[in-house]
Amino acid sequence: MLLGLCSLWSSVGQVWAEESVAAPPPAAVEKALADLSSDDPSVQDAAVLTLIEQDDAGLLPRLEELRGNADRGLRMALKPAIDLLRNKNKLHSPDPNARRSAAADLAAIGKPIVVTWLEDARKAEPDRWVRYTIDESVNLIKLADPDPQVKIAAAAKLGELRSQNAIPLLTELAGETAPEAGGGTGQAEHMLVARAAKEAIEQIESWGSWTSAIETLFRGISLSSVLLLMALGLAIIFGLMGVINMAHGEFMMLGAYATFLTQECFKAYLPIGLFDYYFLLAMPGSFLVAGLFGLFLEATLIRFLYGRPLETLLATWGVSLILIQGARVVFGDLTSVVAPSWLSGGMQAMVGVQLPYNRLFIIALASLCVAGIYLLLFRTGVGLKVRAVMQNRDMSACLSIPTRKVDAYTFAFGTGLAGLAGCALTLIGNVEPGLGQNYIVDSFMVVVTGGVGKLAGTIVASLGIGGLNKLLEPSFGAVYGKVLILVLVILFLQRRPSGLFAIKGRHVES
Amino acid sequence: MGEGKEISQEHERSEGLSFWLVGFCLLILLPLLNVLPETGSWLHVSDFTLNLFGKFLAFAILALGLDLIWGYTGILSLGHGVFFGLGAYAIGMYMMLSIGTESVYGSALPDFMVWNQVKELPLFWQPFHSPWFAVAAAVLVPTLFAALFGFLAFRSRIKGVYFSIITQALALSAWLVFNRNETNLGGTNGLTDFKTLLGFRLSEPGTQRGLYVVTVLCLGGAYLLCRWIIRSRTGKVLVAIRDSEQRVLFSGYSPANYKLFVFVVSAALAGLAGALYVPQVGIITPAQIGVLPSIEMVIWVAVGGRGTLVGAVVGSVGVNLGRSVLTNHFPELWPFFLGGLFIAVVLFFPEGCVGLVRKISGGWLSRKRTGDGLDKPVAASEPGSR
Repeated sequence: MLLGLCSLWSSVGQVWAEESVAAPPPAAVEKALADLSSDDPSVQDAAVLTLIEQDDAGLLPRLEELRGNADRGLRMALKPAIDLLRNKNKLHSPDPNARRSAAADLAAIGKPIVVTWLEDARKAEPDRWVRYTIDESVNLIKLADPDPQVKIAAAAKLGELRSQNAIPLLTELAGETAPEAGGGTGQAEHMLVARAAKEAIEQIESWGSWTSAIETLFRGISLSSVLLLMALGLAIIFGLMGVINMAHGEFMMLGAYATFLTQECFKAYLPIGLFDYYFLLAMPGSFLVAGLFGLFLEATLIRFLYGRPLETLLATWGVSLILIQGARVVFGDLTSVVAPSWLSGGMQAMVGVQLPYNRLFIIALASLCVAGIYLLLFRTGVGLKVRAVMQNRDMSACLSIPTRKVDAYTFAFGTGLAGLAGCALTLIGNVEPGLGQNYIVDSFMVVVTGGVGKLAGTIVASLGIGGLNKLLEPSFGAVYGKVLILVLVILFLQRRPSGLFAIKGRHVES
Repeated sequence: MGEGKEISQEHERSEGLSFWLVGFCLLILLPLLNVLPETGSWLHVSDFTLNLFGKFLAFAILALGLDLIWGYTGILSLGHGVFFGLGAYAIGMYMMLSIGTESVYGSALPDFMVWNQVKELPLFWQPFHSPWFAVAAAVLVPTLFAALFGFLAFRSRIKGVYFSIITQALALSAWLVFNRNETNLGGTNGLTDFKTLLGFRLSEPGTQRGLYVVTVLCLGGAYLLCRWIIRSRTGKVLVAIRDSEQRVLFSGYSPANYKLFVFVVSAALAGLAGALYVPQVGIITPAQIGVLPSIEMVIWVAVGGRGTLVGAVVGSVGVNLGRSVLTNHFPELWPFFLGGLFIAVVLFFPEGCVGLVRKISGGWLSRKRTGDGLDKPVAASEPGSR
């Protein structure tokens, strides 16, 4: 039965050409539908064929219904017909992603008949990347063409397209041995096809190494921006107040849970159409929640510990334990946030490189935060006061700068940044009580490597550590990559004990 | 933390007295109470309790080392779990090999290797057939590792919180590495299912009693060693480094060398603690050497009272006792309690239990204006009274 189907498919193209002149009347459709339940496989196959030729969208629901209560044999016979028709409909869907996947699926089914459909669709296609996929699909199908010239042309075209998907088929072609009985011309043509396939593979693979380099770079930048978002808050708090906030990761967790709660509220109380906008509210929300909690923590705990960094380290570690366990009791172990639809999917930057929107968003957010902090610190009166307290607390106090207030607000600002980072993290991972623990050690390494009190150091160090992390990961594995980075940081500190951008001067550290 | 400077003559004498008193209780009284009275008698100390105390006292050895470096020298190491783990794994590897063919799979290889389809014993496991090598390694490997790490860290004058952060990263890295299967250290499950130690079966109460006695002796030795270091010239320099490293440097000393020395000593003590811990508990996993356990060790010292050796012992026994009671009865509450402990110690009694007792007794003494009762309150804070 299956064999019969296969032979049928190869003739579909010809049948199509003949029949398209005069479409069979609806009666033929009715007959085919009736024939489907026939016991004779050949009658059945012929019926399926007729159905496919009906370029009729209305047929699909009927077929689906038929499949729903058919036996196994009939279902098998119907499946290709349904797949083809369904994907054909999807080729004209308003969603470009659906059109793309339809084109790719049609190539996977690989029937010559679809070439004409695809080429028709291509003419009207506005989207560049859908056109790309259609081209790819057309040539993939042509690769199976019996005519060697068509094969060669298709291989060359695929090479030009740098189609990663073509590699298995092309390798097959390149490795095929010439048919024994092919005779002289057959042999020569076969050689030509194999050569064309090989060339195409080379072209695609050299492109592939480029794209993987670009992707590694992108992943590195993406990790760096997460680290940067975290380390910025840490660096400000540590640089200004000498406070080691070990609970920083837990402020991130608070931000993540604030995002989660916003999402749940939108789900429960607002119309579904507004759901996508919850993230816009969640961002300031998570900043505020974490910031307010930071203010509270500063007032109740941190302010008693100024000037004793090691004590702040221990006390805030205690806070982090309590927060983690608290979150576990309240929220349970694992919850996840659904990214808004405008952040799902990705941007096709070039062939073979897709940049996910959520990662791009985090990079943009980190850049915005850096810009915002720079403006705040160096272009506003508040920033001037903060920097003054950072440099010389006593003198600032003498000049009537309210150092206590500056401390409190800076701490709140730093923790708020952590909350924002947590909100961003929900886009790329689950929300769990231990969320902050995964990043805390890394972000402290960033602060240490960057040098305290200099934002530029934090930025460069997070780029360096994040980038290095992703660079080492493929060859050493995530674990040894991390260990190696620790070793590198220690060796780096040999040369620069106070980090990349240490504050220069002759002051003796306390 | 000013008290360290002015340990009075009386304090020293009382410390000596209480040392022998507590030593007697732990070394002779407790095992005797385990052996002699009938089970069920109110005087009887169960095997379980004795074993539990053995574990706590092994932790106390580590706490002594940690106190030496943090309480006396002012360097907060958040990576002592690593040294503890190195010592523990060294002994664990020996005991793993001594299981021999008694294992589940009946192979001479440890079970997890059979599981991971390792056909041959890795080279670095080979010497651990010898118990003496294992014991030596348990102390020497952490020592050497600390020497290398400390050399790099102190030479480049990484200090204060920087050092703490770097050591925390070290703990994280070690945890990651020990968790891997391909390092052939048992992966997440660690080393366990031990049967014998030097031919004695670990399941016998007698063996556990012996281990307890050895632990108490080691703790006593460690205590004397630490006391000797503190009272020596070196000890004075260490305290000086804590109080003002710059001045020590300007006086012509090299703080880096002293810091390296004390770091190495404390790592060796941590390794010894690990070696004593494993046979008594019967398992060592990466979860016991990571970031969280490492920082928990610090809190033992802080609770007991940093800068006093007695405090380190009191703290590690006290906190762990609290832990085993609380995790038994209210498992979800323990993290809250531990977190609260961190905050409370830092905020309300930075000098720990010993500092608290001294303050109270100091107030009481100054009211009574007599020096005779000096050693009583100190003795009351010793672990034997718990």
